[in-house]
Amino acid sequence: MTSERTEQTMDEYVTATVAGQRFGLPILRVQDVFVPERLTQVPLAAVEVAGLLNLRGRIVTLIDVRRRLRLGADGAGEPAMAIGVESHGESYGLLVDSVGEVVALDAKCREANPINLDPWIAEVSSGIHRLQDQLLVLIDVDRILGIAKKAVAA
Amino acid sequence: MDDLLKEFVTETKESLDVVDVELVRFEQEPNNAKILDHIFRLVHTIKGTCGFLNLPRLEVLAHAAETVMGKFRSGAPASAEAVTLILATIDRIKVIVSALEREQREPDGADADLIAELDALLGGIDRKPDVSQPVVGTLAPQVLERPLRPGEVSLDELERAFRETPVEPQATKAHSFPAQDEDLAKAASQSIRVPVDTLEQLMTMVSELVLTRNQLLDIVRRQDESEFKTPLQRLSNVTAQLQEGVMKTRMQPIGNAWQKLPRVVRDLGNELGKQIDLEMHGAETELDRQVLDLVKDPLTHMVRNSADHGLETPAERRALGKPERGRIRLSAYQEGGQIVIEIADDGRGLSTERIKAKAVSQGLATVAEIEKLSETQIQKFIFAPGFSTAAQITNISGRGVGMDVVRNNIDQIGGTIDVRSVPGLGVSFIIKIPLTLAIIAALIVEAGGERFAIPQLSVTELVRLRKGGDHRIEHIKDTAMLRLRDRLLPISRLTGLLGLEAAPKAADEGFVVVVEFGSQSFGVVVDSVLQTEEIVVKPMSSKLRNIAMFSGNTILGDGAVIMIIDPNGIAQVLGGTVATQLAAAEAAALAQVERMTVKDAATSLLVFRAGSPQQKAVPLALITRLEEIDARTIELSNGRHMVQYRGHLMPLISLDDHVNVKGEGAQPLLVFSDGRRSVALVVDEIVDIVDQHLEIQVAGFSPGVLGSAIINGQATEIIDVGHFVPLVFADWFRGKDQRGPIDRPSVLLIDDSPFFRNMLTPVLQAAGYDVTAVAGAREGLALLAGGEKFDVVVTDIDMPEMDGFALAEHLRADVRTASLPVVALSSVVTVDTIERGRRVGFHDYVAKFDRPGLIAALKEQVDMSVAA
Repeated sequence: MTSERTEQTMDEYVTATVAGQRFGLPILRVQDVFVPERLTQVPLAAVEVAGLLNLRGRIVTLIDVRRRLRLGADGAGEPAMAIGVESHGESYGLLVDSVGEVVALDAKCREANPINLDPWIAEVSSGIHRLQDQLLVLIDVDRILGIAKKAVAA
Repeated sequence: MDDLLKEFVTETKESLDVVDVELVRFEQEPNNAKILDHIFRLVHTIKGTCGFLNLPRLEVLAHAAETVMGKFRSGAPASAEAVTLILATIDRIKVIVSALEREQREPDGADADLIAELDALLGGIDRKPDVSQPVVGTLAPQVLERPLRPGEVSLDELERAFRETPVEPQATKAHSFPAQDEDLAKAASQSIRVPVDTLEQLMTMVSELVLTRNQLLDIVRRQDESEFKTPLQRLSNVTAQLQEGVMKTRMQPIGNAWQKLPRVVRDLGNELGKQIDLEMHGAETELDRQVLDLVKDPLTHMVRNSADHGLETPAERRALGKPERGRIRLSAYQEGGQIVIEIADDGRGLSTERIKAKAVSQGLATVAEIEKLSETQIQKFIFAPGFSTAAQITNISGRGVGMDVVRNNIDQIGGTIDVRSVPGLGVSFIIKIPLTLAIIAALIVEAGGERFAIPQLSVTELVRLRKGGDHRIEHIKDTAMLRLRDRLLPISRLTGLLGLEAAPKAADEGFVVVVEFGSQSFGVVVDSVLQTEEIVVKPMSSKLRNIAMFSGNTILGDGAVIMIIDPNGIAQVLGGTVATQLAAAEAAALAQVERMTVKDAATSLLVFRAGSPQQKAVPLALITRLEEIDARTIELSNGRHMVQYRGHLMPLISLDDHVNVKGEGAQPLLVFSDGRRSVALVVDEIVDIVDQHLEIQVAGFSPGVLGSAIINGQATEIIDVGHFVPLVFADWFRGKDQRGPIDRPSVLLIDDSPFFRNMLTPVLQAAGYDVTAVAGAREGLALLAGGEKFDVVVTDIDMPEMDGFALAEHLRADVRTASLPVVALSSVVTVDTIERGRRVGFHDYVAKFDRPGLIAALKEQVDMSVAA
């Protein structure tokens, strides 16, 4: 262990897939993963808000990542999963198509957002990881939840 | 930290806050020995505890302050400098206490400066001949000389003797006094300090318990027979009580957040050379402590702002013809599920021009944009970050970290803030805070397939819509109205308001939930009404808080999350869509009033016959309902005709002996009701309803008749309902209102129309008021100037010579009547007149025929001034 260089820091991410694209969320921010049930629609809410649900007595606001990132039409039939996160004392769920394994990634393989990255993704991404087979978009939890400003302005 | 020390710090902080307030009060009423005693006792306790805990610096300071106050107690005049000095000492003590809290020991430093000043003051007082020195005083002055400072033990002893001796003989003057002290002592020993976290946790657990109980109730509801029913009922009751108890522990009067304000205003006044009166109303309004903590700072900030920017200097005020003393008025009250806090001053008002210039210079808007904005929109710029129009940055405010911070804090708790300003008359800020985290009773409704909760507090009634039913929806262009009794109720479908798809039901079916918000009522049409449920209000996620329609969300017994409808939001949206219409209607109403040179607007009159072929009439608005009952259901009880009506016995009254209660067939009745009880007038026939200007041409000769007027070309007797109602009401009110004749609140009624004076006087008398009625504002003012005392003034607005607005301004300008509550009566109630009325200082606004409204308003005003 001591022989390891200190620069080589491994960050752990929970991976998820939305519309075929893989995303990674810092594991420290992830509270739980659950199957959303009995979703209550919120009339007049921003399009990104998929609804509210009761998760063990807490009210969780579900954010539809597909709509948040403008990743095209809603997937059909696929049972969606939600990744529970917390921000400023409030509970949120990020609605994704599926949740994959937890990966430990070397910070060295991480790159800043390429300049031609889709602006919707760039807005919430804290960098891109070069995986062997695929690129993993790292999601900044606070930024992906940052929809209130736009909603208020609207 | 040492437990003892911790306790000392908390206790001392609390005591010091009280001392602050009390000292300012004392300065205003230097002869109030009670206040002084209170302060003295607090400071004395601090001093005593310091000695015990070995805190020499605090002890010496407290002692010096106490000595000076001791002098006041023995009759030395309390000068402003002396009070300032004591306040400075208290401030120093505060600094030391907070250092003590951080470092667990007294900070280094010396207080020789303050002590010297206090001593000098003491010397000054001593030199003055002290006539009113009490007999026991012969001992005290010797002990209180300066050289004695180190020998404090003996001083303490003497001090105590000093303190207790005068109390004993005082006790003879009122025997309730010792009892009160005992109560205080008892209360002190029966309260304990609990960390807030414990309460918070308890609250969370109770919320969970409520949810679980709701869940259980939901399960049992679906079973016909269940052995769980009885124990569950008991559990439910206990939960309800527990919940109430825990809620109570969290509630604190808003006065706690205001405690520091008198001191702040006093210091500011001195610093700025302004004379400022701080009025506080509704200090007892209770608020969740969490919310209270968050509004405390914004409130202080806004009061500072008002004192600094809002109010003019005495010289400027004099030049403007305003009273020299500026006024800042804080008031709090509950309205629906919200607490409303208003901060109003009577200063110069916001300068729209300066706000415009500043907004442009800060790049918040372009010149072109700003020209398009309304006054109100421009005023809202003051909430923009970094915005301040103070020409000069003072040390009090004006650094631009002002209103935006205030708004942020209020946003955080899901509240709203609004500003209204009238140039030259002042600014008022209206803060509305939802009762978050509370548990409320709500009506669960369904619309467009979704369920919603409507706070029951704001629901006044439910109306069922059915095809061919009594109630139907009518449309004017795109807006819907419901004819409900004698009013048109603006209504809107909940699905429409929320942008949901309407259920494929017939458009004229469903329920109208009549919601009252502030002074306006409106109907919300829903598909069905499911049940009422106690719900735990959870704040909306910050991502959804921008939706004005919802005030929060909750989890129902079946586990589903639903939204809580905010009547405020609906009112806003409804107002938005019908704003233009409303404005047009208002303009029309105003124009109509102007066209009429006579004072009264048209009155709807119900024309009927009773006892004689001659027509009789009564203002329609006084009548709650018209009924026709089967004459056989009329019963005779205790010599009176009664009828069973809506589960109650309703007495029937006749205009005179000639009116016969029918033996069979249909008996028409005019029902008058005060909300709880009803009484019905027996008539032979209802002829017509006419809208016309009421001019009584011949005064009445017999009791119960106001006079005669021409209606539909026929001479018609105008019936004085006020005469008949007390006949029955008299004995009702005796039971209901326990006030003796001595403490009956007195009302000054000002109305130029004899009709209204005659109509209202008996009504108010029946409601337990002493009424003095005069025909004009001048006469009213003359009475007041002559020293007559009234608890509340009720005045018409449209009057010749001096109108109601001018009257209110006159009252406000006079110190003696400045705090006298004024309730305005008007036939035209529009947003504009209400706003103007509020400006000049009307405490309430009631439509002319709204008798229950008037009585409720009076009661509120009288209760408030009694409590103040």
